[in-house]
Amino acid sequence: MTKKIAVGMSGGVDSSVAAALLKNQGYDVFGIMLRLWSEPGQSTNGQNRCCSPESITRARQVAAMLDIPFYVLDAKNVFHESVVSFFIDKYSSGVTPNPCLECNKNIRWGHLLEKSLAMGASHLATGHYARVDKRGDKWFLLRGSDQNKDQSYALSMIGQKELKHTLFPIGKYTKNKIRDLAKQFDLPVAERQESQDLCFLADRNYRRFMHQYAPKSMKPGPITNSKGEKIGDHKGLPLYTIGQRKGIGISAKEPLYVLEKNMSTNTLIVDKHSKLGKNHLSVNKVNWISGDPIHKNFRAKVQLRYTARAISAWILPKNDKELNIKLDKPINDITPGQAAVFYQNDSCLGGGIIIT
Amino acid sequence: MNKRIYMDHAATTPVDPEVLEVMIPLFTTEYGNPSSIHHWGQRSEYILHSSRETISKSLNCETDEIIFTSSGTESDNLALRGIALEAYHRNKNNHMIISSIEHPAIMNTAHDLKTKYGFELTILPVNQYGLVEPHDLANAIKENTILVSIMYANNEIGVIQPISKLSEITKASNILFHTDAVQAAGQLILDVKSLGVDLMSISGHKFYGPKGIGALYIKRNIPFRSTQTGGSQENGLRAGTENVPLIAGMAKALEISMSRYKDDTIKMTQLRNLLIDTILQEIPDCYITGHKKQRLPNNASFVFDNIDGNELIMNLDIYDIAASSGSACKIGNPEPSIVLQAIGLSSNLSLGSLRLSIGRNTNQDQVNYVITMLPKIISKMRGTP
Repeated sequence: MTKKIAVGMSGGVDSSVAAALLKNQGYDVFGIMLRLWSEPGQSTNGQNRCCSPESITRARQVAAMLDIPFYVLDAKNVFHESVVSFFIDKYSSGVTPNPCLECNKNIRWGHLLEKSLAMGASHLATGHYARVDKRGDKWFLLRGSDQNKDQSYALSMIGQKELKHTLFPIGKYTKNKIRDLAKQFDLPVAERQESQDLCFLADRNYRRFMHQYAPKSMKPGPITNSKGEKIGDHKGLPLYTIGQRKGIGISAKEPLYVLEKNMSTNTLIVDKHSKLGKNHLSVNKVNWISGDPIHKNFRAKVQLRYTARAISAWILPKNDKELNIKLDKPINDITPGQAAVFYQNDSCLGGGIIIT
Repeated sequence: MNKRIYMDHAATTPVDPEVLEVMIPLFTTEYGNPSSIHHWGQRSEYILHSSRETISKSLNCETDEIIFTSSGTESDNLALRGIALEAYHRNKNNHMIISSIEHPAIMNTAHDLKTKYGFELTILPVNQYGLVEPHDLANAIKENTILVSIMYANNEIGVIQPISKLSEITKASNILFHTDAVQAAGQLILDVKSLGVDLMSISGHKFYGPKGIGALYIKRNIPFRSTQTGGSQENGLRAGTENVPLIAGMAKALEISMSRYKDDTIKMTQLRNLLIDTILQEIPDCYITGHKKQRLPNNASFVFDNIDGNELIMNLDIYDIAASSGSACKIGNPEPSIVLQAIGLSSNLSLGSLRLSIGRNTNQDQVNYVITMLPKIISKMRGTP
């Protein structure tokens, strides 16, 4: 019997080509899209940007052109529970969460994978720029071949159980090649906005969202410099991110940057650019792609944001779930709540959440 | 065996080959406008009138009591708005009564008349089988009641209303009675006299005719006004050039349906009962919706505990079975079915519904395949071995 494969389709060129490639390889392919929760609002008509009616229509058209079935799966409640609530909680607690990682972990490689397997699929395929490789009895998550497009950072929270059932059909191609393939397959080359980050906000203003959905977390408090001298007042810590310059609301001779948010004293600490920069960070909730935690200190390249360049570092494990990282050179915007993801060559070893 | 199995005839049916044959020349050679004076116009007018005759015979009414529309929905709109606006114009009476399990074409039109035009609306409850109780209707009637609209057979759960019993009540009070017979047409007797109705909607594609064509029976001399202005087609009640090919197709389809009505009923009832009995027996925590006997011969409808109806339809489709669910939504936005909530089911159960609707070409093998696969799919979805 031909293998059945579920393809997560967004209506964009990447997932469309992914579906076309699999169909061409002779698999029994069906397309699937998640309907996610979205904040009710005027500008977006209450539609999540990851699954707007236009993108549903586009994906449905592509599926029809490829002659594969296409379904939209309701995931509004699970998405709200595990991504939106997480987002609100984390911001309220002073850190800057990355909802895409949470969504990939709980929704795409949780809910969607589970439903796809239940529908008889052996694999879930997506249009991510990343690769899966089996070496020996282990599954590896590799960076996408197109360095500028690599999305392995956002996938660093999945593991063996998920990778075993995962395909990234476009991961070995460059974006240009994907556009060419789309033309060859006669597919529309609709570009989605690069970042669908915060797809569930009615606008792109998370500060407004937090005011509305977590007003209690917006407690005004003091702004101090790194010596502890009060130099102003802030409007609530969730409104600021580490490294932020604009919008602090204090005029000074030299521009000021957010260095730290002290939740216990509700203090925002700001100072000049020269005070920014750290090379030590500690990380928890570590996920090891191989399923086998490394206990010895090791060298790796560390990526601290979705679009950041990886920096060489020492990884200093404390236990299975926690470790410290010593970067070879300091970085200005180490942001608690974001993921620190470690690589050796093109292999993603795993990642964790930055605490400090 | 033939791969895909179509068990969604309540959504729409294939066009009968004989119907198609009747229609084709009307697109290409006999394409005249029935309003034209010349040869082509005369041919088209003849075909139009013959079609009206065919349909009026099936409905046991006069030809001038049939108005062609573009759909069941348009017929329902025309019926409610045409009666409501005229009655209000005449004597300011403005109360309407519908049931709580009407199709959106009635439900939303009635709500529109209420919210935008100030009409008064009573929505009758139904019992656990989806039946309107005659005494509820009798109690709802007021001095200013102008119209009662109750569907002949329900699209989701297939329950058949005692229309003649209900229309007796309105007749005594001189109130007009409309029935949405879209789902019933082709399967039940459409005699407007024995049903005692003043208006009735039907739609071509539910009985092996084409999509995009419907009809409304309007009893002679009832107070009615058109809601669309333009030419004087359809007795001045529905302006716009008549869609002759589709009208002829619908007439042929209804004629065929009526001629084979008895045989189809026997065959479909037997297959439907096999579906219902086996599924209720094989699948735990599964309930039939609607009335066990008083239901359309082609409709088998259920709810399942702990099942998402939307996902059930996707899973069935993966196994080549086309079915439907009251809460199903193509854009992944399921809402509990209003009909199922009206018969007293929890919103949780209302999300887990399934409608299998067979057709005149459904065979025993197909039914066997469905009753073999469905229990497996349900237990897999529930995660029980």
